[in-house]
Amino acid sequence: MNLESFLSERAKAIPPSAIRRFFDMANELKGQVISLSIGEPDFVTPWGIREAGIFSLEQGNTHYSPNQGFIELREAITVYLKKRFKLSYQPKSEVIVTVGGSEAIDIAVRAVLNPGDEVIIPEPCFVAYKSCVLMSGGVPVTIATRAEDNFVLLPEQLKAAITPKTKLIMLGYPNNPTGAVMSREQLQAVVDVIKDLPILVMSDELYGELTYEPADHCSIAELDGMIDRTILIGGFSKAFAMTGWRIGYVCGPDTLLAAMNKIHQYIIMSSPTTAQEAAIEALRHSHDHVEPMRQEYNRRRRFVVHACNEMGLACFEPLGAFYAFPNISITGLSSNEFCERFLQEEKVAIVPGTAFGECGEGFVRISYASSMDNIREAMVRLKRFVERNRPK
Amino acid sequence: MKNIEEILSLLEKNAKLTAAEIAVMTDSPIAEVEKIIADLEAQHIILGYGALVNWEKTTASPVTALIEVRVTPQRGQGFDNIAQRIYRHSQVQSCYLMSGGFDLMVIIEDKSLKEVAMFVSEKIAPLESVISTQTHFILKKYKMNGTEFASKDEDNREAIVL
Repeated sequence: MNLESFLSERAKAIPPSAIRRFFDMANELKGQVISLSIGEPDFVTPWGIREAGIFSLEQGNTHYSPNQGFIELREAITVYLKKRFKLSYQPKSEVIVTVGGSEAIDIAVRAVLNPGDEVIIPEPCFVAYKSCVLMSGGVPVTIATRAEDNFVLLPEQLKAAITPKTKLIMLGYPNNPTGAVMSREQLQAVVDVIKDLPILVMSDELYGELTYEPADHCSIAELDGMIDRTILIGGFSKAFAMTGWRIGYVCGPDTLLAAMNKIHQYIIMSSPTTAQEAAIEALRHSHDHVEPMRQEYNRRRRFVVHACNEMGLACFEPLGAFYAFPNISITGLSSNEFCERFLQEEKVAIVPGTAFGECGEGFVRISYASSMDNIREAMVRLKRFVERNRPK
Repeated sequence: MKNIEEILSLLEKNAKLTAAEIAVMTDSPIAEVEKIIADLEAQHIILGYGALVNWEKTTASPVTALIEVRVTPQRGQGFDNIAQRIYRHSQVQSCYLMSGGFDLMVIIEDKSLKEVAMFVSEKIAPLESVISTQTHFILKKYKMNGTEFASKDEDNREAIVL
């Protein structure tokens, strides 16, 4: 039986990863290499949060939660958003607790797209955006942001990409993989382009707690009129080092959220109960744990960016997330070649920029969510590798 | 001031950091970092640079004891004089004046239980102002100066996460 013929057009439409071979190589060498290729904190979830999860299990809280998540958690989320960004959401109707930011992206896109609808995606960006759009029958329209513009979306680029079919813009700032942050003024310039057009914004703000002076994260939903047309996605993974708990949230206007909740209740039912109890503890009592982690990232960030620029890999200053995105084109190697050879010859894993969109060619993503000792050694090896491969 | 505190806490965690590395990590000029460190050393705020050692994994394995000492304070001297007479012994690793049920906490490290016991009975207990002592031996160290001794260092995250 030819099982290929059973595959849906939708599943087939998802392109294979641009770096599959590199993936396989890195997996094979796991444990023998220094990994600066990991998009998650190296810190373990703070003990107080883990303890809340353990206590929840001890109490026998092993049942489903309401579809949208425990009301205590939804309230804690709205309190946080109010305090941090002055955003007002109704806990009962404008918040859904999701299985990480990933589920939130999926249900947001599914709830609003019809086949043929165009979605504008600035790249390089998180890998799921494009695939989620394709799975919903939408048409991704990518925009290549540039290093010389600090990888922010420019209003003229946006204007040029908009057509009558444009329904949604997917923004991911602070950005994975570039570490770029968009300031209030830069976001306002984007808002000015779309304010009279029927276009929604999905804003993925998973890294919102991880920005470095002088930058501070601004949510696009804060800008005038935007709360009514922004789907805001947040989570606990990055700020509280809770990736494996799989817990995030989506907020937005109740009409959109009601549609998302229909999808959520049939595909997920409800987010993990233990993770929700831990997340309540995170929001209520654990903000003090975020700051030391952020400061540690900041020191590593400066170290990596300084090291890259010193060895001749031009690196714009990333003011968010935990990535540096240096330009490796002085070596004459493609991103993929660079990473494959660096992995084989120096036993350090970093990710080709092309994994995050074609315009990532010529760049690599270095995650500094790793110990200072690892980073220091990796930079010594990177320098050696670059010197060996610099055209004479 | 903020810079000074940051440099102190960085060095407290890892004394091997160079001034050049600290300069990059704190976004400060290297000359400034060097000066701050030199000043801190001159003012005896930084008193030394040591390694955190898990002696239990070596063949040396010295014993450590916490000794609660109750003393009579001396007129005009308080506890300082008697504390000094105790902490000047090279076996004394640390010595603190305490609130609560006893006065001095003396931490002693020596080669064996017997040597610690002898030291207490010969050098501390007979002192005139010492009222009583109570010796507690450390059986196992779980965490010291913020470092967990049993924690595993391996990174069990996936090879690549995009």
